[in-house]
Amino acid sequence: MTISVEEVFETVRMTLDHHFDIRTVTLGINLKDCVDRDLKGLTQRVQQRIVEKGRLLNEYADRIEHKYGIPITNRRIAVTPASLLLEPLPRTKATAVRLAKALDVAARKADIDFLGGFGAMVQKGMTKAEETLIDALPEALSKTQRVCGFLNLASTLAGINMDAIVKVGHVIKDLAHRSENGIGCAKIAVFANVPEDNPFMAGAHHGIGEPDFSLNIGISGPGVVRDVVARNPDCDLTQLSEVIKRTVFKITRAGELIGREMAELMKVDFGIVDVSLAATTSSGDSIAEIIEAMGVGQMGAPGTTAALALLIDAVKKGGAMASGNVGGLSGTFIPVSEDEGMIRAVKAGTLSLEKLEALTSVCSVGLDMFAIPGDTPAEVISSLIADELSIGVANNKTTSVRVIPVPGQKPGAIVHFGGLLGSAPVMEIGQASSSRFIGRRGRVPSPLRALRN
Amino acid sequence: MKDKKTTQLCIVTVIGEDHVGIVGRLATVMARANINILDITQKVFEETFVMTMAVDIALASIGMDKIKNRLDRIGKEMALKITIQDDNIFKAMHRV
Repeated sequence: MTISVEEVFETVRMTLDHHFDIRTVTLGINLKDCVDRDLKGLTQRVQQRIVEKGRLLNEYADRIEHKYGIPITNRRIAVTPASLLLEPLPRTKATAVRLAKALDVAARKADIDFLGGFGAMVQKGMTKAEETLIDALPEALSKTQRVCGFLNLASTLAGINMDAIVKVGHVIKDLAHRSENGIGCAKIAVFANVPEDNPFMAGAHHGIGEPDFSLNIGISGPGVVRDVVARNPDCDLTQLSEVIKRTVFKITRAGELIGREMAELMKVDFGIVDVSLAATTSSGDSIAEIIEAMGVGQMGAPGTTAALALLIDAVKKGGAMASGNVGGLSGTFIPVSEDEGMIRAVKAGTLSLEKLEALTSVCSVGLDMFAIPGDTPAEVISSLIADELSIGVANNKTTSVRVIPVPGQKPGAIVHFGGLLGSAPVMEIGQASSSRFIGRRGRVPSPLRALRN
Repeated sequence: MKDKKTTQLCIVTVIGEDHVGIVGRLATVMARANINILDITQKVFEETFVMTMAVDIALASIGMDKIKNRLDRIGKEMALKITIQDDNIFKAMHRV
């Protein structure tokens, strides 16, 4: 059956009027076979592979973008957790920093804007190499432009590694002080239950269960969903879920088509389609505005959690029907700084940090891209991370934290990060210390639901 | 020369205000690039004029990026939004 004008118009309007895009094609690259006792040998092999594949990724993404008329906004690379590459090398911060710089050079040569994977899986414990990497993070991320870091600090199966969380509070503060407005912290996300194939930065990495190469695709389209919600102002909630599902089904099918073709061109395995509604600083590309179009007075008002849960459920169901490869984080991101509606809600006092935390119990990721005062003690940041990761561990889902402590700023100030990162109002955070709690260290045991064998 | 049986179907979409000469301009571009026009349909949605043109670019003498550039130029001159997309994207999104 031929395609009707209505169907063509619907697709074209998604991209022209509602910012539908393939948010990212991310090539996962295995680097395990590059390990060496000599750093130079390691970096040479790593760089050669990243530059070669990264250039191809850009070339083919351009070609597919022209063919289908759907923008492929970002082209990125995720690599094997860097801590594994450091295992046979001298345990010094300088070694870790040199590796980060080598990855940065490779990304620049391949014209890839962000490369993820400078991190470690330490949910249960840290090896000496992993500890070295964590200690080197502030220097490694502040002396590079394109390298992103991730740490998995907790999982439902292993529990929560409080020793690592205590360390990370200091890492984040240190990193904040090394960059203007603390924005260096946008390049590191810490997780519970991190997916090994998530294509979105800053948390992307190429997990140890992955093949040599894997092409993962992240699709987005909050503008498209907001439009369909706004066009259905009076339908009941079941029907609302249905129209969202149908729309997400369509955009996921587009992502699947493009992902498979990209993988075929690159002669690599096709990994996953991550269907995540992700806001951008473009007007109308906002999750908060979807929630408000659903009928909630303002993002953060009572009713927001229920609306967000409905939205995420519909996104997942529409995606799952459209592709057998849906995976990664799939759901809805609720960063503050990248979403105009979220920024408005924080400024209006409707959305507090506490409500944001509550929303993360149903959203797909976590506390993302929000600013707090720069003088917040490291212990408070660690405690906040422990809270957020507990939500993930207890609910068997991914949660993460990407927090920006802005040096010299107090609650209420507006900080402009520029470009895609947007701007953020500095949020109030309780300063009462829980240092005695997190200072006990050790591991929070895994919950009962981990014992399900 | 390529096998004549192979086709690469694309849909050109024109959005804006209807006026004299749109089809003529597009047809000229297509003919010069050896692109066969298979079908033209048009409709008005909420006061927006939409025309779709199904074309086969299998034997085209220029690549899709160049076709796109030429269409963009016409779009600018005639105050229209013109896109060209491989037909498979519509099949993926609208056909199960």
